[in-house]
Amino acid sequence: MAYEGDEILEEVTRKEYEFGWITDIESDKAPPGLSEEIIRFISAKKNEPLWMLEWRLDAYRQWTEMKEPNWAHVDYQKPDYQSISYYSAPKQKKQLDSLDEVDPELRRTMDRLGISTEEQKRLSGVAVDFVMDSVSVATSFKEKLGELGIIFCSMSEAIQSHPELVKKYLGSVVPKNDNFFAALNSAVFTDGSFCYIPKGVRCPMELSTYFRINEAGTGQFERTLVVADKGSYCSYLEGCTAPQRDENQLHAAVVELIALDDAEIKYSTVQNWYPGDENGKGGVFNFVTKRGLCEKNAKISWTQVETGSAITWKYPSCILKGDNSVGEFYSVAVTNNRQQADTGTKMIHIGKNTHSTIISKGISAGKSQNSYRGLVQINKTAQNARNFSQCDSLLMTDRCGAHTFPYIEIKNSTAKVEHEATTSKIGEDQIFYCLQRGLDEEKAISLIVNGYAKEVLNKLPMEFAVEAQKLLAISLEGSVG
Amino acid sequence: MEVVNATDQKKEAFLGALDAAFQQPLASAKGALLNASRETLRTQPAPTTRTEAWKYTRTTRIINQAWSHAVPTVDADAFAVNDLDAWRLVFVNGVFQAEQSTWPEAEGLTVKPLRVALEAGEVEGFGEKSNTPDEWFENLNMAYASDGVFIHLGKNKQIEKPIYILHITAGEQSAAFNRHFFHVAQGAQLNVIQHSVADADAEGFYSVVTEGAVDANASLHIDKVQNEAGKVFQHAVEWVHQDRDSKFDIRTVTLRGHWVRNNLNIAVNGENCSTRLYGTYMPIEKEHLDNHTMVDHRVPHCESDEVYKGIVNDKATGVFNGKVFVRQDAQKTNAFQQNANIILTDDAQMYSKPELEIYADDVKCSHGSTTGQFDEEAVFYLRARGLSEQSARELLVYAFVSEIIEAIGNDALRNYCLEGLTKRSRG
Repeated sequence: MAYEGDEILEEVTRKEYEFGWITDIESDKAPPGLSEEIIRFISAKKNEPLWMLEWRLDAYRQWTEMKEPNWAHVDYQKPDYQSISYYSAPKQKKQLDSLDEVDPELRRTMDRLGISTEEQKRLSGVAVDFVMDSVSVATSFKEKLGELGIIFCSMSEAIQSHPELVKKYLGSVVPKNDNFFAALNSAVFTDGSFCYIPKGVRCPMELSTYFRINEAGTGQFERTLVVADKGSYCSYLEGCTAPQRDENQLHAAVVELIALDDAEIKYSTVQNWYPGDENGKGGVFNFVTKRGLCEKNAKISWTQVETGSAITWKYPSCILKGDNSVGEFYSVAVTNNRQQADTGTKMIHIGKNTHSTIISKGISAGKSQNSYRGLVQINKTAQNARNFSQCDSLLMTDRCGAHTFPYIEIKNSTAKVEHEATTSKIGEDQIFYCLQRGLDEEKAISLIVNGYAKEVLNKLPMEFAVEAQKLLAISLEGSVG
Repeated sequence: MEVVNATDQKKEAFLGALDAAFQQPLASAKGALLNASRETLRTQPAPTTRTEAWKYTRTTRIINQAWSHAVPTVDADAFAVNDLDAWRLVFVNGVFQAEQSTWPEAEGLTVKPLRVALEAGEVEGFGEKSNTPDEWFENLNMAYASDGVFIHLGKNKQIEKPIYILHITAGEQSAAFNRHFFHVAQGAQLNVIQHSVADADAEGFYSVVTEGAVDANASLHIDKVQNEAGKVFQHAVEWVHQDRDSKFDIRTVTLRGHWVRNNLNIAVNGENCSTRLYGTYMPIEKEHLDNHTMVDHRVPHCESDEVYKGIVNDKATGVFNGKVFVRQDAQKTNAFQQNANIILTDDAQMYSKPELEIYADDVKCSHGSTTGQFDEEAVFYLRARGLSEQSARELLVYAFVSEIIEAIGNDALRNYCLEGLTKRSRG
């Protein structure tokens, strides 16, 4: 590993994955492969009610008839879905009230991730639902949130304690058979977060979940469901880091957001899964389905900083169903070495006076491929819909690629839709200016890139923005081309 | 056992009818090409809306018909552009009409039917410029194209008048396949006008593929005007290869068309080239106009400029799919792409997909796409100046598309296009 030893030079030019280590906790693991038995096993392990099991089995049956999509601009060895273990949980079973009861090994993991929990509690008031390998092991601030009637717990807990909510909303935005990976997730998801904000409540703190893939060969199938009832507000943070591995790991998550009338959800992601080494060996496959539904006057805002994963396939979308609803998408996607990202958004305008904004900033370095793929659809019913899209790409070397595939479909004469995209590299004059001011080239690039991505980074909650800036710098180290 | 489903049966019937109607395709002279395209047609399914390149354009109405081929007598003067000073080559349903045509004969210049040129062995690289083995409809053209125009312009030559290729679709249920081949040698300059028309009661399917080779320092200008009344399905493909320091300009003006699909493919093979693609479309009623373009920058120091503007009315559909491809070695490429649309009714649909695929870093590439409506304030302003609602809108339509129309160098042709557009904006 880097960081030990004295080769400072090497560390700077070829910095390896900072968060790459393995936590040594015994885990409870299902045999590899996927079948109805495995799904029954997962469901039984989690002590789920019958309706949930049937829901999973239905998803599985539909999945078996689906084909893995290959339209994205990525090239990879398709995973063998029968060699993956679909369930792995840390041994720890009993419910915990405070972080102090958590396994010290896990605590150390959190510390290395930079989430000093006590400090976070005090400084930023973040309730961290820490998900380690598919099972929630610690939930904090629960009581405080409970006073406001906010439900923030793991998905498995929600299935047990709030089945009426889960039953009503699960799969309502991303149906079981939505796509290949969503169907797979619906069949085998092991855990995730569930959040419900009651009517008129403004959630006083940022809700956040940290994900980690831990057990070798375990696919992580998270399922997140956030429901904001009428007039409520919440901001949700999702951050990811994963240990260094040689074999490809599959991550197929589903996130569903429901913003009822006048509600607002802000969903921010910093994604830093292991991207593979500089030759493209290893790395996480990130095939995620994220979608939000806006009712009347509601607003959903997606902000993402994508720096990790060998393959990213991710399109956080907004269905603007209610009149006057607003959808936003702010994204910075960085690819380095052999990473491939195909990411973007879909804005489906159905209601009247719906507005959407798309700001996407792609940065490609090394030998990576970075694509923006987006859809703006103005339906016949969407009077006075408005969309503004801007997709910029920055190329760092002459061996990388930046691509833009926007789909614009308009079926209403009152629509105003604008899309613009540019592709360029960092100006030599910009670098020269920084060098002249005494910055070295690495710092100059980091400064320029951060300035370029500022529009998006500004949308992130404060704590995240700091981390995101660091991540950008780390991801681009040694990429001066 | 071979599995035959309904779709395959329809495709077989479609191909069977064409086999009977076109027994002497051009490609007979190039057996391998003919066989390869026939093989593709039989083994590959015809594109559907599930095929990415055909996502918004249905082909079933073409495939589900059994086309025949007949050549009625048509007076070309009734369709030709007025007062156009040009060499005129007339085709009716894909068949060359020598008695209605004129062509130049000079040293270093060959203009003749492609069939004659192929038989005389004068065509170098026939079928090699269009390199899309997967594109079903291009294979269809290769397998059935019966004739076309061959132009070879020698080194440093110019023709004082443009070559005007007029295609008329007439009669009922008639399919027509043309294939043109233009070779502009080093330093030469060629102007071509491709005009396709049909009268109001015509029903037909017209497929035309143009292969172009523009050598070093040469230039090729094409004005493509599509004005087909009646119920005509037109698929028009251009494949142009540019050598160093060459220029290629094309203006695609679609005045009318029941179903039109244009595929422009430009391969920029030499440094310091300039490529300009302009287009405009104004579909009304239930028309479907689809423009696909692809500019493939393979070498450094080139520039391309693309502007497409459309006004979509009634229940019509407009499609734009532009692709700029910048290869790894194509440094210092300057590529610009713009698509602007106006939608006039709620039943009209516009699908725009401006794509950039870039593998080189030192480039300046940008694209933009906008969709909106007429600025009511501008209409109000003009009305306050005493213009009628009608003239105010006509003026705004003109202002919107003038960038494209004004780029047409030939006065007679530009007036013809303007007249067509004015007719359109009056509905």
